[in-house]
Amino acid sequence: MSVLATNTPRKGSLLAVDDRTRRRNAAERRFQIYGRIAIGIAIAALAVLLFTIVNNGASAFRQTFLVLDIPLEEKVLDKSGTRDIEAMKKVTTIGYGKLIDKALQDAIAAQGIAVEGLTDKDVKNMISKEAAGLLRDRVLSQPDLVGQTLRAKVLANGRIDGYIKGRVSYESAERDSNVTPAQLRLADALKDAGILSRKFNWDFITTADASELRPESAGLGVAILGSAYMMIVVLVLSLPIGVATSIYLEEFAPQNRFTDLIEVNISNLAAVPSIVYGILGLALFINFAGLPQSAPIVGGLVLTLMTLPRIVIPTRAALRSVPPSIRDAALGIGASKMQSVMHHVLPLAMPGILTGTIIGLAQALGESAPLLLIGMVAFVRDFPGAPPEGFFDPAAALPVQVYNWTQRSDPAFVERASGAIIVLLIFLLAMNAVAIVLRRKFERRW
Amino acid sequence: MKSVLLTVSAIAMATITTSAEARDQIQIAGSSTVLPYATIVAELFGENFDFPTPVVEGGGSGAGRKKLCEGVGDTTIDIANSSSRIKQSDIDLCAQNGVNEIMEVRIGYDGIVFASTIDGAEFAFTPADWYGALAAKVMKDGALVDNTAKTWADVNPALPAQDILAFIPGTKHGTREVFDVKVLEAGCEATGAAEAMKAAGDEKAEGCLSLRTDGASVDIDGDYTETLARIDANRNAIGVFGLSFYQNNTDKLRVATMDGIVPSTESIASGEYPVSRPLYFYVKNAHLGVIPGLQEYIDFFVSDDIAGPDGPLAAYGLVSDPELAKTQEMVAAGTPMGPLN
Repeated sequence: MSVLATNTPRKGSLLAVDDRTRRRNAAERRFQIYGRIAIGIAIAALAVLLFTIVNNGASAFRQTFLVLDIPLEEKVLDKSGTRDIEAMKKVTTIGYGKLIDKALQDAIAAQGIAVEGLTDKDVKNMISKEAAGLLRDRVLSQPDLVGQTLRAKVLANGRIDGYIKGRVSYESAERDSNVTPAQLRLADALKDAGILSRKFNWDFITTADASELRPESAGLGVAILGSAYMMIVVLVLSLPIGVATSIYLEEFAPQNRFTDLIEVNISNLAAVPSIVYGILGLALFINFAGLPQSAPIVGGLVLTLMTLPRIVIPTRAALRSVPPSIRDAALGIGASKMQSVMHHVLPLAMPGILTGTIIGLAQALGESAPLLLIGMVAFVRDFPGAPPEGFFDPAAALPVQVYNWTQRSDPAFVERASGAIIVLLIFLLAMNAVAIVLRRKFERRW
Repeated sequence: MKSVLLTVSAIAMATITTSAEARDQIQIAGSSTVLPYATIVAELFGENFDFPTPVVEGGGSGAGRKKLCEGVGDTTIDIANSSSRIKQSDIDLCAQNGVNEIMEVRIGYDGIVFASTIDGAEFAFTPADWYGALAAKVMKDGALVDNTAKTWADVNPALPAQDILAFIPGTKHGTREVFDVKVLEAGCEATGAAEAMKAAGDEKAEGCLSLRTDGASVDIDGDYTETLARIDANRNAIGVFGLSFYQNNTDKLRVATMDGIVPSTESIASGEYPVSRPLYFYVKNAHLGVIPGLQEYIDFFVSDDIAGPDGPLAAYGLVSDPELAKTQEMVAAGTPMGPLN
């Protein structure tokens, strides 16, 4: 009191800003500037990240192709002339490769292209080794094609593709043992003749991984399918188990030390590093239960363990946010506890539960560490079958495919790894967008 | 809720029924050096045969052999790739778990090259130079002293005066074993350090393999792409690579000679280039005839079309084995390996 009493009345005009006010205002302005700098740094980091990924990876979606007229000679592909599949299978990809090789030689001759220092081996290496395998599959599925001339689009070799995309230059080709400057001159000539061109590459999304000798044909098909299978397993298992756990803990369980302990443990589990779940999965599902390696079912089960606490926590929050008046009203008109929960509380909490589930799934989709331990980092060429048997076939997963490709020695895989990141980011963005839409549309506030 | 329960039980049922079925694709794991070769063969095998494409996993030579020795049955792998020879401890573990017959298949040779960035200085190394540059204790005026060499010229006046900085494979790599034996131990012998250590009571001259810890030698636990990125960032560093990796990146790397020999498939095949090693895979014989396509796969792997000097493996950087015909015979007969000598 005495302080107030002795305080001298304020001098000067109220409109004139005194020192203290100025200092307080300056502090506030400084704080705002700090906030803006922080946001600016975050946005800049995001922009740099996105820029490098898109810059490196966008080219993975376009690929260099050659359009060739391939004569499918009967004397090479079907010596017996009976179109018997078993007999035709004896012709390996080497035989088909020679036909494609010849088709390119013919095209070069027909266009009158002459390149100095070009050897037969150079011409052969213009084309991806994958082309022969694809042609063989096509002929074996349609034996009638034998004897005709097939106009087909074949992949160009990874280094030629790299030249068209600007990754390989004449200068680097001089030093590179896998490509010669003559091949690059030939590529230019073929491009002018309209035989060689860059097209949108759906195969990047649909085909399987490829070995180091043919980076140009590596695709994400098996990884996308494997990730999808795992997400199905995670959704089917973790949503019902997670929701049932949350409802019991939130609505029915007595409040005692034991349930407190469970609650603390669930929160702790949500913070456990994901690699730990991988070790658990290896011991439990593969070594003990004898489930197959590299299978989406094991990946799905491991990710389910990881996702469960991350679904239980938002689900309980959603249940808790339903006002008690709803429960009381239901109980008041004679509903049983079970009816009040199932008919009233759960539907009202559903938007929150679904949002939590989708965000949990998105986290599981991007998770790679636990999958490394259960054999999902393998080289898998065959597509898994249809579910449910397909859950047990070997498959890859998107984040693991990224990891796998960054380790390959051919520089063309760097581009494909970035392309895979773009695909993964698109999936994650789509899932988060769905979560936001659900929340906006259905969430009720009291 | 009911439908959910049904789905869960359907999955559980599927688990039981499917795991009872036999596996129909070959499973392979092991060395990351052999991995690219194995994927190349697996890809061609899937393309040209009616069997599914084998599933190939990396993980390292030791891990692969351990997995092979886990037991017999379709939850265990069929083939372990390895960039170093199987150890007695692996064979013992195998025997313990009922894996009695293992077939050892040598697929060819791989060299280890020493390279700097493409615009780096030219180096002509000997194992003694590497020992002198990286070892913890070196010979100086007839006595073992702590290594104080700062530049390569300090080690050998014929080398450029460039700071010593080497990125070598970490201890979990098969490559490191070859580096230890063919470079460090050889250098240790050549400089006389090994003798001095033995005289000082270190019977097996184990001190040869202890490296200096002042940052001149950096272990890379990742793969060669990491080593490449590191020497890109430190332009006066020297990295250790596999021959095949170097051959796929000749536009970025400048290779050094060892004992005056330029590493190439030819100089390794002839045995002139000193730092090379055989590559293997190990087959569980109990799975032959059980896992469909296993015999065909290994026959295909060692056939002249694949592992021969003009095959796709040689194109990727494998040095083909001059005794391939012997291996083909052994594989066709399914002869298990005898005791280690």
